Amino acid sequence: MSILASGGFWAFVGVVAGIYTILSLGLQVQFGFAGLLNFGQVGFMALGAYTMAILVVKEGWSMWLAAPLGVAAAAVGGLLLGLPTLRLRADYFAIVTIAFSEIIRYVATNETSLTGGTQGTIALGPTGTASQYNGQWAAFQTHLQHSLGFSSADATMLVIVWTVGVVLLTLVWVALRTPWGRVLRAVRDDEDAAASLGKNVFAYKLQALALGAALAGVAGLFYAWEFSFFSPDDFEPLLTFFAWMILLLGGLGRVWAVPVGAVVFGFIFAGTRFLNFAPFTWVASDERAYIRLIIIGLIILVLVVLRPQGLLGNRREMVLE
Amino acid sequence: MFLQLVANGLVTGSIYAIAAVGVSLVYGILRLVNFAYGDFMAFGALIAFGVNGPLHQSMVVAALAGMAATALLSLVLDAVLWHPLRIRRAGFMSLFLASIGLALVLRQSLLLAAGSAPRSYAVNPYRVFVLGSVRLSEAQLIAIATAAGTIVLVGLFLALTTWGRVLRAMADDRALAAVAGIDVGAATRMAWLISGLLAGLAGVLAALVEYSFDPNFGFQLLLPVFAAVVLGGIGSAYGALLGGLALGLAQEVSTWSGFAGGVNPVYKPVVAFSVLALALLIRPQGFFGQARVG
Repeated sequence: MSILASGGFWAFVGVVAGIYTILSLGLQVQFGFAGLLNFGQVGFMALGAYTMAILVVKEGWSMWLAAPLGVAAAAVGGLLLGLPTLRLRADYFAIVTIAFSEIIRYVATNETSLTGGTQGTIALGPTGTASQYNGQWAAFQTHLQHSLGFSSADATMLVIVWTVGVVLLTLVWVALRTPWGRVLRAVRDDEDAAASLGKNVFAYKLQALALGAALAGVAGLFYAWEFSFFSPDDFEPLLTFFAWMILLLGGLGRVWAVPVGAVVFGFIFAGTRFLNFAPFTWVASDERAYIRLIIIGLIILVLVVLRPQGLLGNRREMVLE
Repeated sequence: MFLQLVANGLVTGSIYAIAAVGVSLVYGILRLVNFAYGDFMAFGALIAFGVNGPLHQSMVVAALAGMAATALLSLVLDAVLWHPLRIRRAGFMSLFLASIGLALVLRQSLLLAAGSAPRSYAVNPYRVFVLGSVRLSEAQLIAIATAAGTIVLVGLFLALTTWGRVLRAMADDRALAAVAGIDVGAATRMAWLISGLLAGLAGVLAALVEYSFDPNFGFQLLLPVFAAVVLGGIGSAYGALLGGLALGLAQEVSTWSGFAGGVNPVYKPVVAFSVLALALLIRPQGFFGQARVG
């Protein structure tokens, strides 16, 4: 049990929860405030991470220039996906968005000359070299660690991720209290009523989709920086489902419920790594990974059946329909 | 070469068509987009493997066992999961998310029980039949014959029998069908029964054609099947049949070198979605779908 006592491990859990907060905040904007059933969120995350890594390694860009472009690429991806699909019925839209994220993953897997293919970002550069996009980030992190007087890199990353996370949460919280946010919620609650008041429903939905996609792009950047390497396998649809679970755990239509859901998810996800007591010891340790996902699936089921507004959600504001 | 691709497309397409009808029937009755359907297919294929491999039964017996087990699983899940959700008047989003949770539970349980190693049915993969310029493996031939038979049967069932009319009436207008005296509970169980049988069959056929399969293979089939359902118009059984065949053909024929050099075969799934995206731009409700659902 010694790993449970190590600060590094819990800092890692916190970093992952922070990344998921940003990813799920995007979903909250899209679904909780605009009613869009986006099941392709992980695709935008991949767009952000890959755009940044490719520009740094292949084009030799500064990471500080490549990172905002990664976020922009994710937002443009949202616009391009939304233009033909936002007029579709909700069920069609849900399926098409999963398809979108899978297409991104197929392209990343097969366009080896652009993305490094299945080998991931290590094969981004010329053959035979192990490429790195992380140099500038690592230097920045070390510099910050010394200025803060921290002893571990994990703790520094924790502070960076959650600082950015809280800033983004605040920005979204403020945006939703502007006239723009009120119209967005009106569109969610009654599209026809909003349209009859002369609001451009399509434009509002498109903006919400692109904003949520940009947030996923930011999550993709932090994912890339935290792990210093990624491959197409890191962007399976499962990640989108985790983000949905966080949304349900926290509560629908509430900005500050997202970090709560993400932290609870982090504990469940990390905690289920320590199922080293009976009856879990009856199965081999590698098979316990299956049990962990079974538990996560069961939690989604129980939440949907028993608490469709999410743990902290407000039934009057929004409930799953 | 072109004819060979058409033949391959018909094999893939007829498997998609069977599965797509299964998804579409349940959607028509329950407004449920069943994300766990791919894992139902894997479940059927694995049960059939147990009967065919360790129990040394013929492939026909194995397939029937796989179908029966998948239908039973569908009915049990309706009783313990979907029925309680219906009582709570769960809407489309709840049902879809619940099916994602179920898909996770089901697939990981299959992996836990059966292991992730690939396996194959006890059939001879090297027996090949030559029809003119087209070569088909025994598995492909079995798949296409079984699927053609099944498609005709399902079509006749929907068009001619009372149950078929009931299911189509409910997909059309549930409230009106209930007012007309249709037993909604019985119709729901009927939809799950047929959907489960079709999932089992599609799973076994897909496993036969792919030759080697593992518990994850159902999920890889799910998205093209969904694409077929959407292409035909969600809830329309005939639309799903045509959508499945059309997508299977489009996927294979797009790799033909006479077709602008041909698409790299690794992009077959992307072709399916590109066809879908184009079709939705022209007709946002699918070929046979309703513009609005009440």
